[in-house]
Amino acid sequence: MLTKRLDRWLPLMESVGIPIAALLLAMLIFAIFVAIIGQSPATVFYLLYQGGFGSAFAWQNSLLRAAPLILTGLAVAIPAQAGMVIIGGEGALALGALAGAVAGVALSGLPPHGVQAGILFAGMLGGGVWIGLSGWLRHYRGVNETISSLLLSYIGIALLNHFVEGPLKDPASLNKPSTRPIGDVNMIGNLPGMEVHYGLLFGALFALVTWIALRFTTIGFSLRIVGGNPRAAQMAGLRVGWWVVGAAAMGGAAAGMAGAIEVAAVQGAANASVLAGYGYAGILVAFIARQNPLAVIPVAILLGGINAAGGILQRRLDMPDATVLVLQGIAFVVIIASETLSGRLRVWRSTPAPVKPAIPATGASV
Amino acid sequence: MKPIELLQPASGALDLEILGLSKHFGDVAALDDVSLHIPAGSFHALLGENGAGKSTLVKCLVGYYTADKGTVLVDQREVEIPTPREASKLGIGMVYQHFTLVPSMTVAENLVIARGALPALLNWREERARLAAFMETLPFKLPLDKPAGGLAAGEKQKVEIIKQLYLQRRLLILDEPTSVLTLDEADEALGLIKQLARNQQLSVLIITHKFREVSAYADAVTVLRRGRYAGHGKVAELTVDQMAEMMVGSAVARDAAPRANRPAIPEGAARLRIQQLTALGDHGLPVLKNIDLSVYPGEILGIAGVSGNGQKALIEVLIGQREKSGGKVQVHGKDYSGRRAELALCKVNSLPEEPLRNACVGNLSVADNLALRNYDQPPLARSGWINWRALRAQAKTYVENFRIKTDGIDAKIQTLSGGNVQRAVLARELSHPVDLLIVANPVFGLDFNAVAETHSRLLAARAQGTAILLVSEDLDELLELSDRIVVMSEGEIVFEVDAAHADIRELGRHMAGSHALAEATA
Ligand SMILES: Nc1ncnc2c1ncn2[C@@H]1O[C@H](COP(=O)(O)OP(=O)(O)OP(=O)(O)O)[C@@H](O)[C@H]1O
Ligand SMILES: [Mg+2]
Repeated sequence: MLTKRLDRWLPLMESVGIPIAALLLAMLIFAIFVAIIGQSPATVFYLLYQGGFGSAFAWQNSLLRAAPLILTGLAVAIPAQAGMVIIGGEGALALGALAGAVAGVALSGLPPHGVQAGILFAGMLGGGVWIGLSGWLRHYRGVNETISSLLLSYIGIALLNHFVEGPLKDPASLNKPSTRPIGDVNMIGNLPGMEVHYGLLFGALFALVTWIALRFTTIGFSLRIVGGNPRAAQMAGLRVGWWVVGAAAMGGAAAGMAGAIEVAAVQGAANASVLAGYGYAGILVAFIARQNPLAVIPVAILLGGINAAGGILQRRLDMPDATVLVLQGIAFVVIIASETLSGRLRVWRSTPAPVKPAIPATGASV
Repeated sequence: MKPIELLQPASGALDLEILGLSKHFGDVAALDDVSLHIPAGSFHALLGENGAGKSTLVKCLVGYYTADKGTVLVDQREVEIPTPREASKLGIGMVYQHFTLVPSMTVAENLVIARGALPALLNWREERARLAAFMETLPFKLPLDKPAGGLAAGEKQKVEIIKQLYLQRRLLILDEPTSVLTLDEADEALGLIKQLARNQQLSVLIITHKFREVSAYADAVTVLRRGRYAGHGKVAELTVDQMAEMMVGSAVARDAAPRANRPAIPEGAARLRIQQLTALGDHGLPVLKNIDLSVYPGEILGIAGVSGNGQKALIEVLIGQREKSGGKVQVHGKDYSGRRAELALCKVNSLPEEPLRNACVGNLSVADNLALRNYDQPPLARSGWINWRALRAQAKTYVENFRIKTDGIDAKIQTLSGGNVQRAVLARELSHPVDLLIVANPVFGLDFNAVAETHSRLLAARAQGTAILLVSEDLDELLELSDRIVVMSEGEIVFEVDAAHADIRELGRHMAGSHALAEATA
């Protein structure tokens, strides 16, 4: 029966259709914005495409940016499985970078692969502890995790700046305060045949493993119970606190790894340049991907491309390269607004969608 | 009782007629061509099995659902009710099984904000005076200045009803309003409503599974069966058996299992032993004070008590939803803390009350929810990998064996009717051998067939040697099922009796608390 088959695909259509529609709407609003500031929307979109995906060089640029975005996207998507909204990826990334740089220097002398592993591990640990703290505050102290993760994020960024400009500053880094370099031999190299470092692969693997764990193992099942109804989780004998802290820490570990990769594959040391806003853009990635770890990969590449195209807009049209941030901002607002639509779109349903009986007639209470 | 002047609305009770109402969810016809008529001032009961479409019908009336087909007439005039706002304008109000009060606000604030269109600046003195005058007209008192969150279930439900009266409704719809109330509370609330109906101030449409309430209060009934109209009649002209027959479509045999045929309780060590158990409530005050209890294999221990005397906290501690602050809980002679590994090892299962809130994940599928107990055990999982095929097969078996009405095993469990959620939990908790079963009000919201079935399943588990701890607010249920009954009052066990020799009045006295007992003996 046709309606039956339609119904089967409804959830998928909804979860893919709504974000795509939202992105299209965001592009429309952006086009209006572009027209108002006196540029041709068509040219801008063409350049965005050119700058992001129009050539092998553009692709490399986009993929380089996608690598950290995948990981910071996971920093939001993993805790979301347990019902948390974490927005502190930038701070976890900062601490990951700091911890990675410290580990890199401390371990120098070991074989390069050992050093690299140590850097990544230290980065994950740094970020994981930080966001894990947010999870802990939420479960054991009742502090809203969205706010605590944001505040912790500011502290994390401040810690990075403090150590880079203070106790851990390399005296040789004059115009750009940095920690001591981890050394060229210890740098993470490029993927074979590409100008893109291994970080992209690590990020994609992290996402893939997460997706498999969530989809096919009891870990994902437990997490969905904890995220869906903590009381039922308690009844089922799950340690809710443990899972909440664990999911937050795993998210933090992903962001921390992004920071460590920035150090080990790009900067060679921890410094303020690792703070390029990937932590914040990761929130957008996760929301467009509807918190699906696998979908995080293509979305991160898409946003990486848009980011990469910022430069070309500046060069060709003399627009500020923050223009792409405007697009991102618009997309973010539209995506968040579209979240409320899921399960309620009439066009998706063979019968009118039920309105949840959450708001009583008088609008009095919940 | 004084006349209720303040409730004198312009137009009083309304006349409601529904013609040919239909509502589909996907392929499921929740309602199919249903008609009914409620004359002004009539107290009308809507009956039907679990999943018959009763809640769907009334949700169409208050604008939460939009019917696919059909007409609604108010005072013989056709009306459209696309959203709750229109229902409110027409004077149609609803009281739910669950609560809609803002827990952090006081009762008074809850009543005032319910009025909806409020001025930007509230004159609290005036509002309070109005409220006070209104409360004068009521047969019972409400703690106006208490936060709604701190009220017991019975009190909350009364506030919900009062709220509707305060809003001067012309038609009051009640969806299983008394499941959280004691017998007396239910009589108080329904009595008040009945009186208002008799005075032509309100028309009433009530959904209930309790024939007692139908016989005592309703003027007429309409019965639904699988979404279709199955009959109606005047209560005075119908027997309970006739109504039951209309509900299921065939003659019904209703008999309680005679106590005499029960297998004897085998000798043995206690399966569950609770010693000196204490726990704190949400506000940090002790709710459990040195509880000592044992439940033996093959025994049903009933716990009686007026709601709000610690039974809920006891269940919560036992199923891991509340930390104990002292004492010991032992299962099979070993300390027990409710961790997942222990649950599986000791075969401890539970049927908590409000299953959607306490025992299910509403936005996960029926299949997932049915696997909550064993998703990490073979055959559903091996070394951490879930076998989705096995998981779905299990769900299909349960749905079939327990006749759970659902739009497939992939439907979210929150779309099931109240009774079918309960049935799903029952299927999950009773399909495997159980050593210890923790049960709280297991038949809330179940139709009479399902009640009988649930009771016989509990007795069957008992016969197989399961130790059952049963909390219930229904004394008849406790007397029918239990082997031993203890009474809880103010967080303590105050009385224990062999169920075969229990006297309902004596139990009632102990439930009423120490002062009542002192008065009785004085
Ligand atoms: N939102 C929904 N989506 C899909 N199916 C639904 C939805 N709401 C109700 N149903 C289905 O409609 C049917 C009727 O449900 P309804 O809640 O009206 O039953 P009910 O008579 O109130 O039963 P109970 O006595 O158990 O509360 C059920 O089969 C239910 O699964
Ligand atoms: Mg119902």
